Amino acid sequence: MLSIKNLHASIEGTPILRGINLEVNAGEVHAIMGPNGSGKSTLASVLAGKEEYEVTEGEVLFQGKELLSLSPEDRAREGVFLAFQYPIEIPGVSTTNFLRTALNQVREYRGLAPLDAVKFLSLMKEKMALVEIDQKLLSRSLNEGFSGGEKKRNEIFQMAMLEPMLSILDETDSGLDIDALRIVSNGVNKLKSDKTATIVVTHYQRLLDYIVPDFVHVLYNGRIVKSGTKELALELEEKGYDWIKEEVDATATR
Amino acid sequence: MSTLTTSDSFSTLLATAPTSFAPLRQLAKESFLAQGLPSLKAEEYKFTPIAKKLESTLTNFTPAQPFALSAEQVGGAIIEGFEGLLLVFANGYFQPQLSTSLEGISITRLSDQPETQLGSIAKVEKDPFTALNQATFSEGIHLSLSKKTQLDQPILLLQFHQANVGQVISPRIWIEAGDFSSATFIDHSVSLGEQPYFVNKVVEIKGGINTHLTYLRLQHEGNRVIEVSNLETDLQKDGQFTSVNISLSGDLVRNNLTLNLLGSNTVGNMFGVYLLNGKTHVDNHTNVDHTFPHTESHELYKGIVADQSRGVFNGKIFVRQAAQKTNAFQQNNNILLSDDAIVNTKPQLEIWADDVKCSHGCTVGQLDEDALFYLQARGIDKINAKGLLLHAFAGEVLDKIECDSFRNHVVAQIQERLGSKI
Repeated sequence: MLSIKNLHASIEGTPILRGINLEVNAGEVHAIMGPNGSGKSTLASVLAGKEEYEVTEGEVLFQGKELLSLSPEDRAREGVFLAFQYPIEIPGVSTTNFLRTALNQVREYRGLAPLDAVKFLSLMKEKMALVEIDQKLLSRSLNEGFSGGEKKRNEIFQMAMLEPMLSILDETDSGLDIDALRIVSNGVNKLKSDKTATIVVTHYQRLLDYIVPDFVHVLYNGRIVKSGTKELALELEEKGYDWIKEEVDATATR
Repeated sequence: MSTLTTSDSFSTLLATAPTSFAPLRQLAKESFLAQGLPSLKAEEYKFTPIAKKLESTLTNFTPAQPFALSAEQVGGAIIEGFEGLLLVFANGYFQPQLSTSLEGISITRLSDQPETQLGSIAKVEKDPFTALNQATFSEGIHLSLSKKTQLDQPILLLQFHQANVGQVISPRIWIEAGDFSSATFIDHSVSLGEQPYFVNKVVEIKGGINTHLTYLRLQHEGNRVIEVSNLETDLQKDGQFTSVNISLSGDLVRNNLTLNLLGSNTVGNMFGVYLLNGKTHVDNHTNVDHTFPHTESHELYKGIVADQSRGVFNGKIFVRQAAQKTNAFQQNNNILLSDDAIVNTKPQLEIWADDVKCSHGCTVGQLDEDALFYLQARGIDKINAKGLLLHAFAGEVLDKIECDSFRNHVVAQIQERLGSKI
């Protein structure tokens, strides 16, 4: 589904990603872990199309299409979804209105008829239950004054509404208490299928108790330096990242 | 100061003034000639080169005449969903045959009301354009709400303008509200021609005890009009006044809005949106004068300024020594959409009382790129995402419009401009 080859990206001339290679197939969950500043969030942003990152080398194929040449909105319409680490507060735009516009633009792109208000509302009700989000929250301005947990739940709710093929969760666990973590993870798990794929970007292993990965990759200095199964995450939880840093730095200086 | 050109350019206009209110007109004329058109050095017109604009665009000013309007033209210009009292004007001349009437409000030509204390609220010495209007206004309208009249439906002042190059339209509106009355006025101008002309409007509103008045205005006359308006109101004890001013087009527009809070427990609201493109220049000067204790004012103006357009905001708040316990809040926020767009914003507070709550703030910024990306990342194209954000930005003001038909009309105009479907 997703094929990242030798991806290099920089911000304002500073290289952040230095040659990422990653293959993600339908039905898989990949966790990307790594110490702070390793490039995890940059990778997520580059895949979603954030303009301030400049891709200097490499290619990304998404379902056979050149992802990097698409605008952020077309990536979303093709089925890429980024759950933001820091969801943006947008005063004056209600979640409901925003999501209806988004969903109908996505549907139009996919050749589907727009949903009328009644159908949209019933779809919304169905998906709200999935992440246990309150309707009152959705009639308020988008993320404005939401707690951290509410913002993350709203991200997963949007994901449920837009039904992406590839979901990228950028530090979705950060700042969540255990209940919110359980609710958010439940939502993600229910949305998984053998046709969709998930990339979970996280610093801590905790989230992976709930969203169980098929593969775990460790990102350090802009490269994937180690890949393994979910046991690798447990090892990282126990030993921290220093041993990986030492291993990589030792190889680099040799 | 006065120049030879000024008095020469305006000599025809001044000489052909009607005979009503002759003594008042004479005083106003003298005041205008003494003041002259404001130069660029005049503090009040520092960012708005009105004299230069008038003199370079128009020469030999003559008064615009009334003209015939058809019922179709009127019908086509009424804002959708409007239900209420309709007053139609052609170049400032009242057209009773096209207008309606309503119990509780008397509608007469100003010339039929010689006792009117014209100029007692908007004083000629405060602004040369007030003086020019008072010296030369054509006919004018006198609206009087009787005591305790509560109008549920709004009053639409539909002003048709059709003028040749250099012509001056001088609408003059006098509104007086009996004690405990309430009403909403919608001032909506429609341009029927493409020529550059000059609109010089004065509106005086005399509030009574506990009157609740709202004055809504949409300025969307096309990009060749030069307009100066002076709107001034006196509020008495327990009175409320709300102004909402929406500017969407024009060559150069200058609005002077003055609220005199002349009794305790008065509330003045000043709200505005200016959404400018091309080379449009819109200048809003507001002034609220707190003279009694326990008075309140709330002000919020929002500007979206694109292309080479320019928005000017100047908000004066006076809190006199007697006006203890005053609450005065002012806010002006702007979004610049291009490198060539300009905003000049200036809060001006003068506070003599010591037990007051006053705040002011102004911002000039760009569209939030992170917010834009967030919307795009959900599949919304860039144009719509921008429209959505800008509409939300202006929405804080638009939400304050209680009159549904006017709000819907303005929202539709703004959406069309922003290319947003929401």
